[in-house]
Amino acid sequence: MTTGTTMAHGGALAFEPGYADNAAEALRDLRPAGDAVDFELEHHADTASIAQLGFWIYLMSDCLLFAGLFATYSVLHARTAGGPQPQSLFDLPYVLAETGFLLVSSFTCGLATLAMGRRSRGATLGWLAVTFVLGLAFLGMEVHEFAHMIADGAGPDRSAFLSSFFTLVATHGLHVTCGLVWMAIMMVLVVKKGFTPSTESRLSCLSLFWHFLDIIWVGVFSLVYLFGVS
Amino acid sequence: MLGKLTLSAIPYQNPIVMGAVVFMGLTAVAVLGTITLLGKWKYLWTEWLTSVDHKKIGAMYVILAGVMLLRGFADAIMMRAQQALAYGPHAGYLPPEHFDQVFSAHGTIMIFFMAMPFMIGLMNCVLPLQIGARDVAFPFLNSLSLWLTVVGAMLVNLSLAVGNFARTGWLAYPPLSELHFSPGVGVDYYIWALQISGIGTTLSGVNFIATILKMRAPGMTLMRMPVFTWAALCTNILIVAAFPILTVSLALLALDRYLGMHFFTNSLGGDPMMYINLIWIWGHPEVYILILPAFGIFSEIIATFSGKRLFGYTSMVFATMAIALLSFLVWLHHFFTMGSGADVNAFFGITTMVIAVPTGVKIFNWLFTMYRGRVRLESPVLWTIGFMITFAIGGMSGVLMAVPPADFVLHNSLFLVAHFHNVIIGGVVFGAMAGLTYWFPKVFGFRLNETLGKAAFWCWLVGFYVAFMPLYVLGLMGATRRMDHYDNPAWQPLFVVAAIGAVIIFCGIMLQLAQVVVSIVQREQARDLTGDPWGGRTLEWATASPPPAYNFARIPVVRDRDAFWDMKQRGVNMKAAVYRPIHMPRNTGTGFVMAVFIGLAGFAMIWHIWWLAIGGCAAAMVALIRHAFDDDRDYYVEAEEVRRTETLRGRHQLRSV
Repeated sequence: MTTGTTMAHGGALAFEPGYADNAAEALRDLRPAGDAVDFELEHHADTASIAQLGFWIYLMSDCLLFAGLFATYSVLHARTAGGPQPQSLFDLPYVLAETGFLLVSSFTCGLATLAMGRRSRGATLGWLAVTFVLGLAFLGMEVHEFAHMIADGAGPDRSAFLSSFFTLVATHGLHVTCGLVWMAIMMVLVVKKGFTPSTESRLSCLSLFWHFLDIIWVGVFSLVYLFGVS
Repeated sequence: MLGKLTLSAIPYQNPIVMGAVVFMGLTAVAVLGTITLLGKWKYLWTEWLTSVDHKKIGAMYVILAGVMLLRGFADAIMMRAQQALAYGPHAGYLPPEHFDQVFSAHGTIMIFFMAMPFMIGLMNCVLPLQIGARDVAFPFLNSLSLWLTVVGAMLVNLSLAVGNFARTGWLAYPPLSELHFSPGVGVDYYIWALQISGIGTTLSGVNFIATILKMRAPGMTLMRMPVFTWAALCTNILIVAAFPILTVSLALLALDRYLGMHFFTNSLGGDPMMYINLIWIWGHPEVYILILPAFGIFSEIIATFSGKRLFGYTSMVFATMAIALLSFLVWLHHFFTMGSGADVNAFFGITTMVIAVPTGVKIFNWLFTMYRGRVRLESPVLWTIGFMITFAIGGMSGVLMAVPPADFVLHNSLFLVAHFHNVIIGGVVFGAMAGLTYWFPKVFGFRLNETLGKAAFWCWLVGFYVAFMPLYVLGLMGATRRMDHYDNPAWQPLFVVAAIGAVIIFCGIMLQLAQVVVSIVQREQARDLTGDPWGGRTLEWATASPPPAYNFARIPVVRDRDAFWDMKQRGVNMKAAVYRPIHMPRNTGTGFVMAVFIGLAGFAMIWHIWWLAIGGCAAAMVALIRHAFDDDRDYYVEAEEVRRTETLRGRHQLRSV
């Protein structure tokens, strides 16, 4: 950081000590001004890292949103109000298959990120498509499970337990839905624009989001389903 | 087609409400008419509504806060008038169901749409400048946050004209706020207004944390950041950690009301205390979200106007962090009476009292900064000294109520109302006013009128004591909060005194309005041509007033905690010999458009107009996707233009405001 000042004394352009973007910019001050290519490159590298940090902060705040729902479920899960109990509602093998789809989709999402690192557009799109289909399968199974429960008279208005169950699981499902929409948009963007710094940065954020939803689901599966049937 | 919305939703039979609606309507017509007459629509759209410039966004936040202060204060003076009149045989002039809406709207508006936008607005104006950055991390997101907040505020005000507002108090406790007891649209207005603006606030929090952590000028280590920046960092961490819980609480209440779920109902296993726990897990950090920036403002002001380095910088930073952490460990003190037992109450009582320690550290740091300094008693300092005295009193009444047995007596009494107004007016409002006076010349290029500013301060200070000290006494006499009528005639004289206090505060607000008008008219005499009107110490004073869109032609390198003071001491020449093109974000209307659609969807949810709710969300989504496909988001300010702007500096600068 102090490079700017030490360099200044050797500079021919009356560079004032105390002012420079950073060492790299101080260097540029010693050359003719307006070297736009350097500037742009540096700028984009920086933007991507800011976006990553911003997205991490968002994920942490989303995580706390789920924490609120988990806490609510923990408090209310025994309040079945004479209605159906978790043991009679949850079909563990079914949910295990559902979980399998999501976990594998997280893996294929990772493969898409690796393909992006190799700049292979076809492989990236392919793995994203596989991830999309797996995510859709997960979502379909969840909707089917919900429909089944509601038809059996175990809807979210039956008891506090069911309210908190449906809300926690459906909020995760809503996130998965948003992730799928985002994924579809990203596939179009990659087809149309290829790997630009902005598509790459957004794909990294999408993959963070997808893995995050995976981790949340592990929590849902353990707390809601495994504890529910035990 | 229109859900529950019919013509009968407009309360034309109520003269007080209709008077307010007509007044609001005339004001809106006057403003829109003036814009049309002056032919300023295009200017408004291109320079303000679509702006991603943090200074303009900050100014718009503060304007919103100012307008909402007037609305919230109108509610306040109505309550004071009602309680001064309605005792024994007298019914006052407000029916109970109207009075209940007034106090609910007062609290909601003052916290969410006055105090929050004021603080976020000041952070927007100052924070990037203080860290030597050219903008925030996510300029588009910043614009979206602003407009979501504005839309939320509009929904609350719309409830005056169409339908009604919640009658439940500012936190809408169930079971009262459940469909069974509040079947109207009032609670729905509350839920959607807060939900929409709350999402905007969360996004602001993410934005500011990324800005502070990633965009500081070279040389500005964490422990060289100005104290206001530190306070803002802690505040935004609190926002990001606490607001999701508000989102959850309101969403669960909405699910109860819309889908017949049983989170907080009295039947089928619902638990109202769950809501009260959740909302205060957000709510207590929320009051620190409001006060921490104020602490930061006072720290900046007291150092500048004492001509001294801030005393105890490190302890100030640790105290701020400690308060931020402790704020998550005290929520239960809002309902000791829940009956969670002596152990739990003792834990929360002690954590609450512990907060007084870091706060005390801060008070002493400010005092020691003034000690042996050359304190200039200009109005920002008056607000600061007024704050130190008033806040210390309010803090002590808070420690008193942190004792659970005392709280059992004082819970829900006017003593509590006096306490939190004592800390919020004495802390947050005084801080906002101090910050406004201090940074106004930076954002607009001229100072506010000092005479009127001082007069306004004295009205606020005296008015506050006259209005709220009687409430402490009334609380001890057994008066509870939120009464539209009482039987004990012995209370009435004190309520009259409190009403007089409100009138004195009203004079203060009027003086502030006059101050703004007079300052704009006489702006040529009060121009700040140096960029450093107060002898500042931090980087926001190192650039012109108002700063150019790009803030700094060249980014300063920081060598000292008081970076700008250090540069002045070393005689650093601010002018550069060479200028480079500067990369800047381009304005975009997407934030505004999205917020309008989301606002429409919110209105539709309130009135059960399902097609419009879906349509509004879909349209907002389409606007977002279009934005995602738009690559033309930035531009370069040409080197020649930068040179021109910088050469002009010191002479008459940007166009008049």
